[in-house]
Amino acid sequence: MNEAITLPGGVTAEPGMRIYNQKLGMWIFLASEVMFFTGLIGAYIILRFGTTAWALPGVPLEEGGTPLAINLTAFNTFMLICSSVTMVKAFAAIEHGDQKGLRRYLVATVLLGAAFVGIQVVEYIALAHEGFLPRCSEELAAVVPNCDLFGSTFYTMTGFHGTHVSIGVLCMIWVTVKAFRGKYTKENHGGVEVIGLYWHFVDLVWIMLFTIVYLI
Amino acid sequence: MMETAEKKKQPSYMLIWFVLLVLTIVEVGVAYVSSLPRNVLIVVLVGLAIWKATLVAMYYMHLKFERLRLILLATAPLPLAIILIVAILLEHAR
Repeated sequence: MNEAITLPGGVTAEPGMRIYNQKLGMWIFLASEVMFFTGLIGAYIILRFGTTAWALPGVPLEEGGTPLAINLTAFNTFMLICSSVTMVKAFAAIEHGDQKGLRRYLVATVLLGAAFVGIQVVEYIALAHEGFLPRCSEELAAVVPNCDLFGSTFYTMTGFHGTHVSIGVLCMIWVTVKAFRGKYTKENHGGVEVIGLYWHFVDLVWIMLFTIVYLI
Repeated sequence: MMETAEKKKQPSYMLIWFVLLVLTIVEVGVAYVSSLPRNVLIVVLVGLAIWKATLVAMYYMHLKFERLRLILLATAPLPLAIILIVAILLEHAR
């Protein structure tokens, strides 16, 4: 798709970026997503630095520590990193015309992505039972500094990211179904590359959010 | 179809995965057990996260192997993002 294209009226033209439209569109979308998540992180910094105290990792909950399960989320981060490597392996497989490898790695990516969302749901349920919500329970608010603010920012940032992962999983299922139908070939596999870009971006954003929300 | 994909040298995806795994373990370890001053700790953790994110962008998203104009497009929002974050931090540092 890098070669000249034919416009209505038989005029030929070469795309300026020398990449196909879907890939260009995805990169422009991802560039806008950078600013979307930067806005969220910026709001988080304003709210957090505007307060005198914040729940910290490595500190017992009774002494003002975080109610978040960092070990579980670290494992979830590992899952997302694994899904990124299976995604790029799927792309590498179809680049070499390996249909079996493409299907195998796409299925693995879907499962790992779904597992990430599932673990996040389990985490949300556990936190809600503890009373950690955008409006914390009175018991938790008594020990966690600025609990309501912490809860609001936590659910906003991780929730938006989780939504992105969920949409990614749905799109990935669609791409996987197409792969099983033999729609992708060594010469034509733009769909795999484009969904891969989105998936790696979601992984990249989580790498930043995990550090900012859970570890700092 | 994919000129860049055909031209590029295939990186070791598993090696990148291993580095990402090690950096994640280091991050959690540093956050839990480090006795570093808080400000230093934040710089170290953000530095590790940026390192990981860069690895994903360069090798898994293949930015390292793309044409310059696509790299410029992809990284165009980064200066804006940095300006926003630095401006917010400077505002709080007053």
